[in-house]
Amino acid sequence: MRRLANRSTVLGGAIFALVVVIGLLAPVLATTDPAQIDPTVRNQRPGAERTVRAHDGRPRVVKVWMGTDTLGRDVYSRVVYGARISLVVGVTVAIASAVLGLLIGLLAGYLRWLDAIVMRVMDGLMAIPSILLAIGLVSLSRAGLRSVILAIVIPEVPRVVRLVRALVLSLREEPYVEAAVALGARTPALLARHVLPNTLAPLVVQSTFVCASAILLEALLSFLGVGIPPETPTWGNIMAEGRALFRIFPHNILFPGVFLAVTVLGVNMLGDGLRDMLDPRVRRRL
Amino acid sequence: MAVVAIVVFMLLRLTTGDPAAIIAGDNATSQDVAAIREKLGLDRPLAEQFVIWLGRLARGDFGESFFFKKQVSELIAERVEPTLALATSTIVLTVLLAVPLGVLAAWRRGTWLDRLVMGFSVLGFSVPVFVIGYLLIYLFAIELAWVPVQGYQRLREGLGGFLLRLILPSVTLAVVFVALIARITRASVLEVLNADYVRTARAKGLAELPVMLRHVLRNAAVPIVTVIGVGIAVLIGGVVVTESVYSIPGLGRLTVDAVLARDYPTVQAVILLFSVVYVLINLLVDLSYTFFDPRIRY
Repeated sequence: MRRLANRSTVLGGAIFALVVVIGLLAPVLATTDPAQIDPTVRNQRPGAERTVRAHDGRPRVVKVWMGTDTLGRDVYSRVVYGARISLVVGVTVAIASAVLGLLIGLLAGYLRWLDAIVMRVMDGLMAIPSILLAIGLVSLSRAGLRSVILAIVIPEVPRVVRLVRALVLSLREEPYVEAAVALGARTPALLARHVLPNTLAPLVVQSTFVCASAILLEALLSFLGVGIPPETPTWGNIMAEGRALFRIFPHNILFPGVFLAVTVLGVNMLGDGLRDMLDPRVRRRL
Repeated sequence: MAVVAIVVFMLLRLTTGDPAAIIAGDNATSQDVAAIREKLGLDRPLAEQFVIWLGRLARGDFGESFFFKKQVSELIAERVEPTLALATSTIVLTVLLAVPLGVLAAWRRGTWLDRLVMGFSVLGFSVPVFVIGYLLIYLFAIELAWVPVQGYQRLREGLGGFLLRLILPSVTLAVVFVALIARITRASVLEVLNADYVRTARAKGLAELPVMLRHVLRNAAVPIVTVIGVGIAVLIGGVVVTESVYSIPGLGRLTVDAVLARDYPTVQAVILLFSVVYVLINLLVDLSYTFFDPRIRY
C-alpha cells in the first residue's frame, strides 16, 4: 500500500510554501523599504525601536525585529525581500536545468553518435567543482540576477544529463519501446511519447535537489561578493554586509542564515519525501 | 582533461571586463592600456593565445599574475600550505567521525540513534558552510573564547598555534562532508548486514566488533570510498568559502580575490589545479577498489 504523502514531503512542502508566501507578501510584511538607508539608526540590536516616516509623512514607530545593518537598513525587511531572490533563483535554475538536461540527455541517450561527444563535454564540466565553475562563470559578465542564474545552471546541467541518459539507456531496451519501433514510430514521436514520460518522476526529484543547491549556491556567491550586486537584498548579501561587524552584531548573519538553512532544509526534505513516494525501491535500499 | 583546459581557458577570455584597463588604473590613457595589452599578449587571436598558454602549462609556467605582479606558480606555492592543511585535517576528521556514525546508525537501525544520525545528516546538507562557520565562531571563539577567532598560523611558527587555529575551520568544513559520508556508510552497511557471510560470522561466535570491522565494513567499503572521492568536489567548494570566513590565506581565498580582480592567469591556474587534484583523487579512489575488493581487477 502506498501512502499519498509522507511526513517528509508534507513538512518540506509546508516550509517551502511558507517561504513562497513570505516572498509574495514581502511588501506587506516588511516594516520599511529594504533599501532605505538611515544613518541615525545604524547597527541597532534586534528588538530596538525606531521612527520612520510613513507615506503620508507622519512619523511612526516600528520595532526592528532583527536589528539594522551598518547603513541603518532594516534587516527584517531585507530578509523578507531576500526570500524573493532565493526563490526565483532556486526555481528558475531547477526548471532550466531540468529542461536543458532532459533535452540533451534524451538525445545523447538515444542517438549513439551524439552520445560520445556530449558525454565528454559533460565529463569535462563535471571535473570542475561546481562552486569554482560558478565563480568563474559569474566573473564573465556583469554581476546580476541573470548571470548568476546562468552561472548556476551550467554546472547543474551535466548532473541532470547523466541521470536522464542513464534512464534512457535502460528504457530503450524495454519491450514497449521495441514494440513502438517495430510499429514504425519515428524517433521524435518515440522519444516524446514513450521514453519521455518515464523519465519524469526521477527528473522531478532531481530538480528538487537542484533547487536546494541553487539556493545555497546563490547565497554563497553573494556572500563571497561575486554574486548579485550588494544593494539588492538577498540572504547572501545581508550576511556579506554583516561580516565586518560580526563580533559585535551577530544578528546580521544569524537571521538570514537561519532563513537560508531552513528553506534549503525544507526543499531537501521535499525532495527526499518525493523520492520515497515516487520510487519505492529506493526507500527499501536507503 | 583537454576539455577542462579548453573550458577553463574560454571561460575567462570571454569576459566583458578588460584586465588591461584594470591594471592600468583609472588615470591611464588609451595608449597605456594598448601597451599593456600588447605586453600581455591579449591583442593576439584567441586560438594563438590558447596554444601559447598550453605550451607554457606543459613547462609548469602559469604565466604572470595580472594583479599580484608575480609568477602564478610562486603565488600558488605560497598559498598551498594552508589549503592542504585544512583539507587534510578535514578529511581525517570526517573519516574518523562519519564512518563510525554511519555504522552505528545501520547497526541500531530504526532506533533513536539512527534517527539522530540521519537527522544530523539532512541538516548538514542544508545549513550552508558559512552559516556553520559563523555559528561556531560565535560560540567557541567569542562567547567561550576557547580558540582564536580567525586567521592562520604557518606550521613552522609552532605546532600548537597551527592546530589551534585549524580546529574551527576543519570542523566547519567537516559538517557537510560528515553528513554525506555517514549517510552513504549507513546505506552501504545496511546492504551488507543481511549477507549470508555476516550471519555465518555471527554464528561461529564472533563478537559484534570483529564482525563489523572485518566482515561488514570491508565489504561496504567500495561505495564509501567512492563517495569520499566524489565528495572532494564539495570539499574544494567548501575550502573556498571556509577560507573566506576564517581569513585563511589559502588557495580558496586566492580564487575569490583573483576573480574579483579579473586576474585571468591566476583564476585559470587555480581552477585547473583544483580540477586536476579532483580528477587525480578519483583515479586513486578507482585504484583503491582492488585493495578493498580483490575481485576487481584492471
